[in-house]
Amino acid sequence: MKKVKVLDIYYRELNDFIDNEIKTDKNIMLTNVFGQRYIGRGLSRNVRIKIQGTPGNDMAVYMDGAEIEVFGNVQDAVGNIMNSGRIIVHGGCGDTLGYAMRGGEIYIEGNVGYRAGIHMKEYKKMKPLIVVGGKAGDFLGEYMAGGAIILLALNLAKDEEIVGRFCGTGIHGGNIYINGKVDKYKFGKEIEKVSLDEKDIVFLKKHIDLYSKFFKKDLSHLKMNFFSKYMAVNKNPYANMYCAN
Amino acid sequence: MLKKEGGLRIPSGCAISGIIDKKGKRFSGEEIIKSIALMHERSNGLGGGFAAYGIYPQYKEFYAFHIFYDNLGVKTQVEDFLAKHFEIESAGNIPTKAVPNIKNQSLLIWRYFVYPRIYISKEEVIDEDEFTFRCVIKINKEYNGAYVFSSGKNMGAFKGVGYPEDIGEFFMLDRYEAYMWTAHGRFPTNTPGWWGGAHPFTMLNWSVVHNGEISSYDANRRFVEMFGYKCTLQTDTEVITYLFDLLVRKHKMPMDEVLKTVAAPFWDDIERESKEIQNKLKGIRTVYSSALINGPFSIILGCQKGMVALNDRIKLRSMVAAEKGDRTYVASEESAIRIICDNPDRVWSPKGGEAVIASLEGKIK
Amino acid sequence: MNLNFNSPLFEVTRDEKKCVKCKVCIVECSNKVHSYDEKKDIFKVDNMKCVNCHRCVVLCSARALIVKKYPLEFRENKNWSETAIKEIYKQSQTGGVLLSSMGNPNSFPIYWDKMLLNASQVTNPSIDPLREPMETKVMIGRKPEKLEFDSNGKLITKIPPQVSLSVPIIFAAMSYGAISKNAHESLAKAAEELGICCNTGEGGLNKDFYKYGKNIIVQVASGRFGVHKKYLDTGVAIEIKIGQGAKPGIGGHLPGRKVGEDVSATRMIPVGSDAISPAPHHDIYSIEDLRQLIFSLREVTHYKKSIFVKIAAVHNAAAIASGVARAGADAIVIDGFRGGTGAAPTRVRDNVGIPIELALASIDQRLREEEIRNQVSLLVSGSIRNSADVVKAIALGADAVCIGTAALIAMGCHMCRTCITGKCNWGIATQDPELEKRLDPDIIYKRLVNLVSAWNHEIQEMLGGMGINAIDSLRGNRLMLRGIGLNEKELEILGIKYAGE
Repeated sequence: MKKVKVLDIYYRELNDFIDNEIKTDKNIMLTNVFGQRYIGRGLSRNVRIKIQGTPGNDMAVYMDGAEIEVFGNVQDAVGNIMNSGRIIVHGGCGDTLGYAMRGGEIYIEGNVGYRAGIHMKEYKKMKPLIVVGGKAGDFLGEYMAGGAIILLALNLAKDEEIVGRFCGTGIHGGNIYINGKVDKYKFGKEIEKVSLDEKDIVFLKKHIDLYSKFFKKDLSHLKMNFFSKYMAVNKNPYANMYCAN
Repeated sequence: MLKKEGGLRIPSGCAISGIIDKKGKRFSGEEIIKSIALMHERSNGLGGGFAAYGIYPQYKEFYAFHIFYDNLGVKTQVEDFLAKHFEIESAGNIPTKAVPNIKNQSLLIWRYFVYPRIYISKEEVIDEDEFTFRCVIKINKEYNGAYVFSSGKNMGAFKGVGYPEDIGEFFMLDRYEAYMWTAHGRFPTNTPGWWGGAHPFTMLNWSVVHNGEISSYDANRRFVEMFGYKCTLQTDTEVITYLFDLLVRKHKMPMDEVLKTVAAPFWDDIERESKEIQNKLKGIRTVYSSALINGPFSIILGCQKGMVALNDRIKLRSMVAAEKGDRTYVASEESAIRIICDNPDRVWSPKGGEAVIASLEGKIK
Repeated sequence: MNLNFNSPLFEVTRDEKKCVKCKVCIVECSNKVHSYDEKKDIFKVDNMKCVNCHRCVVLCSARALIVKKYPLEFRENKNWSETAIKEIYKQSQTGGVLLSSMGNPNSFPIYWDKMLLNASQVTNPSIDPLREPMETKVMIGRKPEKLEFDSNGKLITKIPPQVSLSVPIIFAAMSYGAISKNAHESLAKAAEELGICCNTGEGGLNKDFYKYGKNIIVQVASGRFGVHKKYLDTGVAIEIKIGQGAKPGIGGHLPGRKVGEDVSATRMIPVGSDAISPAPHHDIYSIEDLRQLIFSLREVTHYKKSIFVKIAAVHNAAAIASGVARAGADAIVIDGFRGGTGAAPTRVRDNVGIPIELALASIDQRLREEEIRNQVSLLVSGSIRNSADVVKAIALGADAVCIGTAALIAMGCHMCRTCITGKCNWGIATQDPELEKRLDPDIIYKRLVNLVSAWNHEIQEMLGGMGINAIDSLRGNRLMLRGIGLNEKELEILGIKYAGE
């Protein structure tokens, strides 16, 4: 694995460098990353990038199969329009995580900001997934059209809110799983709570196990019956909203 | 002819950053320059600036006026006006150095330390802040070619057309020491190339750096203009500064309530509060509905007491805060904090409408 | 309680003497206006269902059908028009937001019709385009500030990617979903033959049409439907859609019933799922965020594509356009308030935005004052109805125009303005396989080719008349325009003189 100290390299050079590097070695370690944008943009299968520092906005934008692991926090619009691949963040995340992603997996160890999973959508076998270890800001899963978000709400203080306001507004596909109780007023009118079935539990366990593995945490204490599942009331929420003129 | 700020409304995007040492320990401008420089991509070279608090301890009783002059003629006129209304303790050029990317043209950049000569007016009694405020408004409105871009005590704004890191170098901010610094990198949608149009915007001790284009601009402007303000620049930052000045200085509203006015809670959320708080919040929303700042913004407000950072209530601009030791940091991007602050004690993203307040606790050192 | 206060809009009459009872009218009408009673041997019509699409009239070989405005009148009232009254009936019945199709039909001024073109007389010769050279080719894309050459005169400056158009016309963005696959193919095929471009709109690009990539501008809108690396690599340019003239500030919503197997595959969403485009791009809340998206697109396509940014013509369009240029866009597309749409809230369509002529004039002027006009290309759309509109737009300052409604009309649209229903009898604004079959792309594309070729001839005639033999010399040449019936302010904004001046 090639190790590169990034510091003040301009993003364009850095991304070109990565393009070049992966022709020979598909494993790269970037250290001292400070805000460089678009790292991993459009990268496909078998490429693995490890990052130490704080990568800039739009990390993994249009990513299509690569794997990025970040040791630190990430900023805004991570996994934007991502097609497939995996992102593991040992830290927290800014706003607009996974905007319009239609495939791949994102694991965030800590909290996520506003609008995580906004407009994520699925298509056939492509089902995007976001797993959040901590809490989420407002507008989680807004316009959500597919895939799944799992909110583990680990290690929160008593007064900390698991999720912000306007959760799932405009949702018309996909599932949000939340560990713990959330007041009804936090949710949009388009989303409702439903009971977990066997398949959900298998799904949750699988990804909780992966979370434990990635972040080396023992989560055996998590109880499945504390989880709630939320999904769209209606696949076509605005069907009666309009009147032909 | 190309209109400059004031002649038309110029929306702009931006980057912001701020640092305060709550114990009042002063430090040079190097760090803030490094922080704002990291967010180079967020501005377009048409505006950069800084506000620094605690930089003039030897003149801390005096209002420090920083003034841009287009020509010597207007400088003479303004100096006549100043001499008539203020005791001038000291006057001189603000030192600058040649920087390749900064085209200063023939702009004169002057600094005055002044103390108001208040005349007893028959109609009303005004304090020295109000007197100074009115003089600043008068110069900016009536003296074409002169612009007071800083007028507080023991603080100063430094700004111009260029990338903020170049502006910082131009004003040699590494040689100033402040307990609080804020910075702005601008992305305006035009290029009049007028230095006064850069940010921060300041008035008396207030300074505001701001990211986003507010949608409530003209409702806010027409509101503050009922209270003696004149928005000469037509910028968001100017009207935000006046809103704070109005609510805090003139209406004596506590800061918490001011924040609840400009980033008001939703009616739905108010309904869930206790009767007493409901009563207060409903009152604020009813009386000060024209002071609600709508649309995307993240701002850092500086004053002698410290720093307040605030997002709009649905958080349309990103903002990250951090603490380490006595210092509080706020920036548009986390990496802009990390570059100057290794291993912060705490890093968090404030919620929309939830302010980060970092107050000066100690004496300025 | 389904009390409907509304009366029919149209009346269908049949001349029984001419009718040969072939029943084509019944077969062709997706709205089921016509029916036939076997027992009584009579044809019936349900006027309420008629949208006046002309399909039955045009296809009736006996010419037995007539569609007229329904003769029922309200008592005359200059304030409460028939439209105003009927809209209240609809909303009080359904509680719905009024939704309309196609562009703003109201009587706002049409500035194209208040500008007149110049021609040469005596002092310089006009040119005969049929026999003399006459160029209408344009290059769309970012231009460097100046060119640099080495001591041997060899060009050093690297010129950014350009989109070449043989005629300064692009088929405007219309998504697959809003219009049919066959309509999309007709546009792509025609663009290829003409050497111009069509625009995918926000619904992705059907896999069968990737072969037309060199003539396709791929769009990225807030829903990001069907946007992925291959899609971005396929188009000749990428357009970020910020706004649309018919509905500035409003998102889009393709109802689930229009998302069949093929639309689903193209947009990459499940069959039957609503395709909702948010009002903003949720990664663009400010001008510096637009730069972030522009450069993410550049990065992922390795700086090989032109990036267009489309905005609606709104009050502050000049400042916004300047910001867009500074954010790094190679071309700015401005869509005026008369621009078409598959569906837009009526109130928004009819009340938001400004005329394209004024927006174009002020943007072009502003960018020139800021000395950056030459760096970006300007494209305009929003009701370009004929070649004279094209010429006037270019003289005002545009590099090229986009035509949407005109292209639809060329394909058979009869402007019945009921695209929302999805029952387009002409096979254009529909996803119904039976209706779509009525539009044969191999035949219909030729009509588009004809239209643009005809306009090109006309443009050449007008250019020749002005003594110009390359469209380059028309761009921003406002002395070729004179106003008629305009006030001082309008002339000032348009930057033109009054006729006779």
